[in-house]
Amino acid sequence: MTDLDGTTTGVLTEGLDAHLVVDRSTFRLDVALTAAPGDVVALLGPNGAGKTTALRALAGLTPLTSGRLRLDGTRLDTMPPESRPVGVVFQDYLLFPHLTALDNVAFGPRCRGASKAEARAQAAEWLDRMGLADHAGAKPRRLSGGQAQRVAVARALATRPRLLLLDEPLAALDARTRLEVRAQLRRHLAEFEAVAVLVTHDPLDAMVLADRLVVVEHGHVVQEGTPSHIARHPRTDYIARLVGLNLYRGRAEGHTVRLDAGPAITTTEELSGPAFVAFPPGAVTLYRERPTGSSARNLWRCEVAGLETHGDQIRADLTGELPLTADLTTVAAAELDLHPGAPVWATVKATQTHAYPA
Amino acid sequence: MTGSDTLESRPRRDRHRGRTRPVPIPLLVPALVGLAFLLLPLIALLVRAPWRSLPEQLTSAEVWEALRLSLLCAMAATVLSLVVGVPLAWLLARTRFPGRGFVRALVTLPLVLPPVVGGVALLLAFGRNGVIGQWLDSWFGITLPFTTTGVVLAETFVAMPFLVISVEGTLRAADPRYEEAATTLGASRFTAFRRVTLPLIAPGVAAGAVLAWARALGEFGATITFAGNFPGRTQTMPLAVYLALQNDPAAAIALSLVLLAVSIAVLAALRDRWMTAS
Repeated sequence: MTDLDGTTTGVLTEGLDAHLVVDRSTFRLDVALTAAPGDVVALLGPNGAGKTTALRALAGLTPLTSGRLRLDGTRLDTMPPESRPVGVVFQDYLLFPHLTALDNVAFGPRCRGASKAEARAQAAEWLDRMGLADHAGAKPRRLSGGQAQRVAVARALATRPRLLLLDEPLAALDARTRLEVRAQLRRHLAEFEAVAVLVTHDPLDAMVLADRLVVVEHGHVVQEGTPSHIARHPRTDYIARLVGLNLYRGRAEGHTVRLDAGPAITTTEELSGPAFVAFPPGAVTLYRERPTGSSARNLWRCEVAGLETHGDQIRADLTGELPLTADLTTVAAAELDLHPGAPVWATVKATQTHAYPA
Repeated sequence: MTGSDTLESRPRRDRHRGRTRPVPIPLLVPALVGLAFLLLPLIALLVRAPWRSLPEQLTSAEVWEALRLSLLCAMAATVLSLVVGVPLAWLLARTRFPGRGFVRALVTLPLVLPPVVGGVALLLAFGRNGVIGQWLDSWFGITLPFTTTGVVLAETFVAMPFLVISVEGTLRAADPRYEEAATTLGASRFTAFRRVTLPLIAPGVAAGAVLAWARALGEFGATITFAGNFPGRTQTMPLAVYLALQNDPAAAIALSLVLLAVSIAVLAALRDRWMTAS
């Protein structure tokens, strides 16, 4: 069986098999997504990339213009949202403010046919599992951000969904709570036996929580893979920025990658054809005078465009022959007398670059 | 600076103290005239009230009959408004259909329509020879005009728009994503409305109901046109007041005082919602 986009379907009888197309007047989402039971997939992308639209399409809150949506071999796209075996954790949780935590969690089982007592018993069990047994009688406004998040997860899981959707599950939390809740959520997702899809713009959340990242920009998938693969082989500027790498695209000939615009970079990998070159800002060394004794073959004349503190280091944005960012210690920055507009020489050792086919 | 003052309120008050800004006379005088105009009639009502014979007036059978009928009909009109008005408000706030703006305009029309015109229109619709009334009469033997049911209909016609507007405004202010959350949990649209939306908008519904009830209680024009003025059957308090004014002004004042007391009670019940507009 072949679908519109030419890929063979029906192979996945378990898990998620989706090709989501949503047409708006100014925006088109076109994202293919597959996942096996037990997978945690993160849709990662900048604001406005269409991640939330994709999530809403999976939940049935936004209709598909075309494409397909199957879960465990069953077509979902023709199913009304209330019949889909899908649980959603919304960004600001949307706990019903007039119901207690217990009744919020019991809402789903109750709607799906459980008796009141049965639904409440199930809900109590879920709250207990989330460590919230003491807050069962609390209204949402009496819960802390972290507690509300866990109630929202419990509420979504209580319907025993085959697909769990989480929209920016940690975005509403402050930094400290986030750390703790992220660890808990990771545990719950690891225990979850069906497919989980998580939407986030935070690379850390994505990398900690997900087994696989799908990077979405402008409504399209630009890259997907394991977190470690994507962190090492970014394919767009957005991803490179997220994982903190300098990224260039060019054409490789042996150990040299000639950039589309600008100089060549010498690498240790031997490639030919279109290629990416990436190196971390920490691999860059800066000099005020042209270094004479340096063995680095990658030497570019640049100018400091901006400086900012980055942890305990200084991050310098450079323009010139090769625009790049460089990290250096505060002491080094002071010794070099760096300031915006200062001319510098930047070098990178070939061994610290990483080239891969584009 | 005293310790009890917050940092935020203090400079503001100082600025006001620095230069006392007088209220301009062209604004102050009309404002006071307006206030006096609203208050004086009420004061007059209290001044001229037959306080000595009041207990006697208020315990007369006609007064009780009229008050009982008024409360009953206003209550029935409110319930009727709730039953059809809340769904109508939901439809206007939560769905899109062609001509929705026009429908909303129609719903609000009775707000601005002279009630007498409403009464005439009701007669033409539900009167014995009315567009619908003739069928009601010949098929079911139901006659609406000049009955207690007619009073309820007339009051509903005039009062329901208040409820619809109030509930629709509350619905628009409420976050529709709660309904979506309920949907993802397996709730049908109706279940989501019943178990999530309705409890969330309950305060707005209550306020709209009180407003509609107050409007129904005071309804005169549509009622007298459509239902007439039969003591014990269609003579509500406002009609009784009007009639009493012709032959027994003291009774009219006494009846008016009762309605005034009811109005003040309603205002007091809603003070949190409307009196604290700032």
